[in-house]
Amino acid sequence: MDIIRLMQLIVSSSLTFAAPLILTAIGGTFSERGGVVNIGLEGIMVMGAFMSAIFNIQFVGTFGTMTPWVGMLAGGVIGLLFSIIHAVATVNLRADHIVSGTVINLAAPALAVFLTRALFGAAQTGPLPRAFGRTNIFLLHRIPVIGPIFFRNTSGPAFFGILVAIISWFILFKTRFGLRLRSVGENPHAAETLGIKVYTMKYAGVLISGFLGGMGGAIQSQAIHNEFGILTVAGQGFIAMAAMIFGKWNPLGAMGAAIFFGFAQSLARVGNSIPVIQDIPGVWLQILPYLLTILVLVGVIGRAEAPAAIGKTYIKSK
Amino acid sequence: MLTKNNEKLYNFLVPILSIVLGFIFGAILMLFFGYNPILAYQAMFNGVLANPFFFGEAMRQATVLTFTGLGFAIAFKAGFFNIGVAGQVLVGWVTSIWVALAFPDLPRILLLTLSLTAALLVGAVWAGIAGVLRAYFGTNEVIVTIMLNYIALYLTNYLIRNVISTGGNTTERVGPNASLRVDWLTQLTQGSRLNAGLFIAIIVVALYWVFMTQTTAGFEVRAVGLNRFASTYAGMSAPRNIILSMFLSGALAGLGGAIHGLGTFGNIFTQSGLPGVGFNGIAVALLGLGNPVGIFFSAILFGVLDVGSGFLPNRAGVPDEMAEIVIAAIIFFVGANYLIRFLFEKVKTKKTATEGGE
Repeated sequence: MDIIRLMQLIVSSSLTFAAPLILTAIGGTFSERGGVVNIGLEGIMVMGAFMSAIFNIQFVGTFGTMTPWVGMLAGGVIGLLFSIIHAVATVNLRADHIVSGTVINLAAPALAVFLTRALFGAAQTGPLPRAFGRTNIFLLHRIPVIGPIFFRNTSGPAFFGILVAIISWFILFKTRFGLRLRSVGENPHAAETLGIKVYTMKYAGVLISGFLGGMGGAIQSQAIHNEFGILTVAGQGFIAMAAMIFGKWNPLGAMGAAIFFGFAQSLARVGNSIPVIQDIPGVWLQILPYLLTILVLVGVIGRAEAPAAIGKTYIKSK
Repeated sequence: MLTKNNEKLYNFLVPILSIVLGFIFGAILMLFFGYNPILAYQAMFNGVLANPFFFGEAMRQATVLTFTGLGFAIAFKAGFFNIGVAGQVLVGWVTSIWVALAFPDLPRILLLTLSLTAALLVGAVWAGIAGVLRAYFGTNEVIVTIMLNYIALYLTNYLIRNVISTGGNTTERVGPNASLRVDWLTQLTQGSRLNAGLFIAIIVVALYWVFMTQTTAGFEVRAVGLNRFASTYAGMSAPRNIILSMFLSGALAGLGGAIHGLGTFGNIFTQSGLPGVGFNGIAVALLGLGNPVGIFFSAILFGVLDVGSGFLPNRAGVPDEMAEIVIAAIIFFVGANYLIRFLFEKVKTKKTATEGGE
């Protein structure tokens, strides 16, 4: 295998596995910047994956080649709706954020499989009629050397995720909304004194995380597994959270970390066609992403710079 | 005094009302999808309670849930969220089987003690990793224990395929001298897998209560959980208590895994996902509000729901995931207990207002 094709394989498979993580990790960033811990991202991804699979099967005749992209939006919408539970519980009902997130993670797989059984009579949907597949990125794939490696035959959703990361960075750090959201995560009392509606901002953060997490789940089912079942998401939401922390609560950092985890995960799949890596026992490649996450959390970032008021219930003053 | 009484009242009311609301939520969902909720709940409870075999199975499930629930609760009391219970169950399970298969000729009492202790220690060390990282590096224990879960999953599957058995997806069964089965319990429940683990669970419930309420170490764990800074100021070592609570948490989960292994299954097989008893242990602990006796009873309730869910598809035509949805809904109301308190306070103030009180 020549070097360009090898690079192409590594880059495209890393991006394929990174795509769901990028969107979900950015979602987590919005939620936590507003001070709400969202370990329910895992469950939200499950709902998004479920919804997009149903959508893909039902509407492939209507939308044709655009089906997975519209399905991704449908996944985002159901993720947003599902995240309302987390917002109501943590913001209004003063529930512990991690308890509420655990409820989401318990409920989502049960609910999704319950609905799959109610609709299909089986626990899996079966193969989806139209998956994301591979795309060439408009014009860029014609650049010599770089084009074939990065932009030819690659993951469309990953490039969409990179675009979302740039836009999210701009929103969080360059707009009034972003400043307000961050102020609520750092010091909600001070924010309220300035007339910022703390509850509204927290809702906004959680609902954006639901929308992005749902889209992330939709990519997981439509680009990687090509069906929906109980094992479709299996921990990706948690890895996305780790990517968010690794990226220091910055959308661009989260994107970078997500691509790194995508690379680590792809090794277990395509490693046997890459020299050197094919000699490493499979079990190491399987546990590598998780082991790396721990090492990274301990070593590279040290004391994490989380938003100051994260995970705390804010009680509005009368 | 009044508020203290109120707290006691709520400690009792919150779980009871949460259970009721959880079942009501499940009923509404079933009605929405055209199922008959009364038939479904009847199928679940009749199926389990009217039949010694299934009741034995429910108690067996409750035994393991008691361990995972207590394991989660002790870390929670110290202020930590040990989502890694499932992984600790798995490493305890595989260790107990491994040890039991490695020394098949030891006398029963010795082999059982050895297997259980080994599983307990491995579970403790597995959770202890997260404790040490938290104490000395400030690493978020939620993420670390989740990552350790997946490492446990893949490592266990690897061990089963390549080390403990040769090539298969299932290990050999352990001999009778490593089994926790007791003849009279098996006969009493008409052949269920209920085992001596139940008695170990009851002893551990008592020990947990003694540790948390009667010993200095237990007091320190609770104090660190309530206010880390105040307890440091009072001379308690926060890192030591963090590690101790995670260590004990993993020990209980590992022991639960061993009872799953030596009592329920008698072997271990490759897993496609993490054992559900780990995550349901979290639910058990949250419903039991960290009280060991409460945890024991919520373990029984969830054991009944878990085994009863098997009756849903055949007797009521409802997908068996319904039981999990009810469990999640119950925990939602426990977590959002502010709702229950708020409504109660409102009813109370209305009452006093109409009665012309203060």
